[in-house]
Amino acid sequence: MPAPQQRRIIFRHIDEPGYTNDLACYVKHGGYEMLKKALAMQPAAIIDEVKKSGLRGRGGAGFPCGVKWGLVDRKSGKPIYLVVNADESEPGTFKDRYIMHQDPHQLIEGIMISAWANNVKQAYIYIRGEMPHGARILEKAIAEARAANFVGPNILGSAYGCEIYVHRGAGAYICGEETGLIESLEGKRPYPRIKPPYFPAVLGLYQCPTIVNNVETLCHVKHIVEMGGDAYTKIGTPNNTGTRILCVSGHVKNPGYFEYEVGKITMGELLNEVCGGPLPGRKFKAVIPGGSSAKILKFGETFTLKNKDGSTRTLTVEDIPMDFDTLAACGTMGGSGGVIVMDDSVNMVEALANINAFYAHESCGQCTPCREGSLWMKKITTRMVHEKARSEDGALLKSVADQIAGRTICAFGEACSWPTQSFVAKFGDEFKAYPETKNAPKPAGALDLV
Amino acid sequence: MNLKPETLRRIDDVITHYPVKRSAVLMLLHAIQEDVGYIPQEAIEWVAQKLELQPINVYEVVTFYPMFRQKPIGRRHIKVCRTLSCALMGGYKTCAAFEKEFDTHRGEISPDGEVTIEFVECLASCGTAPVVMIDDDLHEKVDTAKAKQLSDQIKAEAAKRR
Repeated sequence: MPAPQQRRIIFRHIDEPGYTNDLACYVKHGGYEMLKKALAMQPAAIIDEVKKSGLRGRGGAGFPCGVKWGLVDRKSGKPIYLVVNADESEPGTFKDRYIMHQDPHQLIEGIMISAWANNVKQAYIYIRGEMPHGARILEKAIAEARAANFVGPNILGSAYGCEIYVHRGAGAYICGEETGLIESLEGKRPYPRIKPPYFPAVLGLYQCPTIVNNVETLCHVKHIVEMGGDAYTKIGTPNNTGTRILCVSGHVKNPGYFEYEVGKITMGELLNEVCGGPLPGRKFKAVIPGGSSAKILKFGETFTLKNKDGSTRTLTVEDIPMDFDTLAACGTMGGSGGVIVMDDSVNMVEALANINAFYAHESCGQCTPCREGSLWMKKITTRMVHEKARSEDGALLKSVADQIAGRTICAFGEACSWPTQSFVAKFGDEFKAYPETKNAPKPAGALDLV
Repeated sequence: MNLKPETLRRIDDVITHYPVKRSAVLMLLHAIQEDVGYIPQEAIEWVAQKLELQPINVYEVVTFYPMFRQKPIGRRHIKVCRTLSCALMGGYKTCAAFEKEFDTHRGEISPDGEVTIEFVECLASCGTAPVVMIDDDLHEKVDTAKAKQLSDQIKAEAAKRR
């Protein structure tokens, strides 16, 4: 069967020979025409189109963008800020990097349209500290756009103006959480804020109404203005509209980034046809479908889902369409689109030990269950691998994880518990047997993971 | 504080980007670390004064964010990604290869002062794992052979300088 065709909207020019990240090239390819179109539209009409489009946030939570914009407090009299979440840090995710490095003006145009639609006069791009070149490219692109009157005061001769500045993070994963990001942008430790009352749409940056959107999400806005909200809903599947960029890493022949209509490709097609299947002599064992926080899927397990008419259908991992809703129904999530593949050379205790070390390092420490729990999960899995393992460690890990999720200010509590909960639930036998198996000869190709 | 004129110019410019001065803390610390190589104690007090804050407001930022360091490091900074996608493709072997090349352990300055090797968390380039950042530059698919090659380059540049 041939590999399904990509539908490149956001990544249309990524890796295109001769396409450069300067303004002249962007304009030659029709750049900033949609900003002109948007400025001739009423802001409310743009918000309507985004609502109609069904666009869901591409950062992780999949929250409808139009609804997010609809929640903004427009009566407070305070300025409204737009903050671009370019803190791409979810392990397994590497899409925004390419947009910012290779097509920064697409992002800037998306920002300016969204800013106009929401009466924003000041936007910030919060980019990861580990992307210094990306920050410089964005700064140069903003300067070019400013010189051409696409950014800054009196855009294209109108009375409307909006400035964009680049703000660099400094290596903390928690800054991807929108209220943590806001705290960081205020120059503080990125301790997430409690909701209520600190919903960014009402009390965000400097206690003003604030919209925080992911890089890819804002790029989609440009294309929604181009084709209209109704036409956009024709792409993808109902409630899972548009395209999204899937990032595949780990044990496949051809990892990389692929843009598909949401839900029009299954996990099996993605891994076996698009990515060329497992490495020679290996078999797929497990896959994390939406960034390392998403619950793991085990090859061989099946899911029985309800259809609208009340009947049921049974799916294997390979059958799952890569959309938001089916992945959620299968007990995991589409998250940030980061698909991490593990084959039969991987020991799941060791893979979890790697993940737990990440979350223990990145917990901000504000809430006790997360600060202590993430550290203990790391200590337990590290001990299992490097010191003594006990057959009851899986149950112990689960009990720690169960005491974190739902008991923290932000979703990091869930993000750090879900790997442990799902690994232990689906690979419990491997955890139980680990005291015996850990010293057995490793399968060919097995690598240290922790 | 003895900062380069260019750094001071950047600092004065970036403060104007925010309606509240405190917001500029991270950007100032980046500028100082790029200039000085680390964040000395006096820089914390200098930034606090510059932004009309208490030194603790700056210190708590320096100690939280992994990229800021309060001690000098080797001439080149080698950051090897440790997180899952890179580990699945041999990130731990890559890190060990650099350590062997420079006869050092991660977190320490190599005996010749040339490098500091560190494990860092996800660098957002998982499709080209394992990845390594050397100073500002990302290097992709760094297996042990490529780690050796990159190490040789660093050593050659060091020899030229001596």
